[in-house]
Amino acid sequence: MRSRSDEREGRLASRAVQAAFLIALIVLWYLAATRWGVSPLLLPNPTAVLRDFWQILRTGEFLGDLRVTLTELAAAFAIAASCGVVAGYLISRSQYRIRVFEPLFAGIYSIPIILFLPLYVLFFGLGPASKIALGATIGFFPIALNTIAGFGYVDKTLVIAARSMGASDVQLFRYVLLPAALPVMLTGVRMGFTVALLSIIGSETIASLAGLGHRIVYLAEGMEMAPMFAYIVFVVAIAGLLNMLVSTLEARGRRR
Amino acid sequence: MTSARAWRALRRLWIARIGVVVLLLCLWEIAARWWVDPMFLSPPSHVFASLPALFETRGVPAALRVTFWELAVAFALSVVIGLVIGLAVGLQPFARKSFMPIILLLYGTPQVTILPLFILYFGIGSASKIAFGVSHGFFPIAMLIVAGVQNIKPILLTSARAMGATRWQILRHVIFPHMIPSFFAGMRLAMTGVLLGVLLAELYVSTAGIGHFTTLFTQNFDPTRLLGLISVLAAMAIVLNEIVRRAELHFSRWHTD
Repeated sequence: MRSRSDEREGRLASRAVQAAFLIALIVLWYLAATRWGVSPLLLPNPTAVLRDFWQILRTGEFLGDLRVTLTELAAAFAIAASCGVVAGYLISRSQYRIRVFEPLFAGIYSIPIILFLPLYVLFFGLGPASKIALGATIGFFPIALNTIAGFGYVDKTLVIAARSMGASDVQLFRYVLLPAALPVMLTGVRMGFTVALLSIIGSETIASLAGLGHRIVYLAEGMEMAPMFAYIVFVVAIAGLLNMLVSTLEARGRRR
Repeated sequence: MTSARAWRALRRLWIARIGVVVLLLCLWEIAARWWVDPMFLSPPSHVFASLPALFETRGVPAALRVTFWELAVAFALSVVIGLVIGLAVGLQPFARKSFMPIILLLYGTPQVTILPLFILYFGIGSASKIAFGVSHGFFPIAMLIVAGVQNIKPILLTSARAMGATRWQILRHVIFPHMIPSFFAGMRLAMTGVLLGVLLAELYVSTAGIGHFTTLFTQNFDPTRLLGLISVLAAMAIVLNEIVRRAELHFSRWHTD
C-alpha cells in the first residue's frame, strides 16, 4: 500500500520535473527574445511564432505544401512496402538466399542513402519524382530486412508439425508463417514509413520545388523567422501525428 | 573435417554475394552503354577509370578531407556529449524517469526540419555540419548508456555495497564494465547518425565541401564524376561503419549472457 502511493508520488514528481523543464525552456526563449536582445533574425519572439502558427492553420496556406509532401510520401511508401515485402518474402523462402542477400541488404542500408540524392535529382529532376524515388529506396531496406527476419526464422518445429498434420501450402502460409512473421514485418513497415518520411522532408530541404521542407527553406532564405519557426512546429506536429498513426496501426495489426 | 566443410560453404556464400554485386554492375554497365542517355548515367567502367581524374579535380581532395574531418569531430563530440548526458540521466533513477521521456521525444522529432536553423546559427562552414552531425549522433549513445545502466542486475549493486564498495568503486568495477556493450552499440548507431547528419548538411549547403561538388557535377550533367564522388563517400561510410562494428564485436565479446 505504502509503496504504491510512493510510486505514484514519484511519477507525479517526474511529470512535474518534465513540465518545469519545458516551461523553463519556453521562458528562457521568451526572455532571450524580448529582454536579452537576441536578434529576432536568430530567435523570433515566441508570441509571434504562436500568432503565425495560428494564422497558418486558419488560412490553410499549408494545404498545398502538405498535399505535395503527403503525395510523395504515399507513393514512396507504397513502392517501398510492396517491393520490400515481395523481395523479402521471396528471399526468405530459402536459407541459402537469406544468407546471400541479408548481409548485402544490411550493408547497403548502413550507407547513408541520402548520398544518392544528387544522382536522383539528375535522373528524375527537381520535382516530386526524385523524392519518391529516394523515399522508396530508403524505405525499402528496413521493410525487406524485417520481412526476411519474420518469414525466414519461423520456428522449424511449427512448420514440421503443421506439415505432418497435413497442412497445404496455403494453409501453412495462412495459419503458421503469416502469424509468426507479421509482428516483425509490421515493425519493419513502420520503420520504413518513418525513414521514408524523414528522407522526403530531407530531400525537399536540399533540392525541391514544393513541399513542406521546401517551404521551411524558402522562409529561411527570406529571413522570415517567425513563420519559419511556425512551419517547423507544424511539420514536427505532422510528423508526430503520422508516426503515432502508424504505431497505432502496427499495434492493432500485431494483436490480430 | 566439419570445419573444412564449413569453410567451403562460407566461401561459396561469399562467391554468391560477390556474384550478385557483379551481376548488378553488369546490368548497370549494359544499361548505361546502350539504353540510357550518357548525359544522365555513365557505365561503372568509366566511373572507375575516371577516379584518378576525380582526385585531380581542383578542390575535391580538400573537400573529402574536410568532410572526413567534420565526421571525425562530430563523432568525437557525440561520444563525449552522449556519455555525459547518458550518465547524468541514467545514474539517478529519478532523473531517468524524468528526463528519459524528454530525450525520447526529442530523438523522435525529425531534426531535418531544423537544418536551416543550424546553418543560420553556425554559418555555412564546417561548424554547422559538425553541429548537425552531433545533433544526430549523441542521442543513441545517451539512450543506450541509460539502458545499459538500467539493465545492471540489482543483486550486483547490492552485493558490491554489502562488501563495502565505495560509490566510486561501484562505478569503476560494476557499472562501467556493464555499460561497455551498450556503449559500443550506441557508438555504432551514433556513427550512422553522424554520417547522415553531416552528409545531409553538406548536401544542403556547402562552399568547399563535397556538397559543393555534388551540386556542381549535377548541374554540369557530369554523371561520371558524380558517381565517382558518391562511390568514394559510400566507401568512406562503409569503412567507418565497419570500424565501429568491429570495435563493438571486440569489446562486447566477454558479455555473453
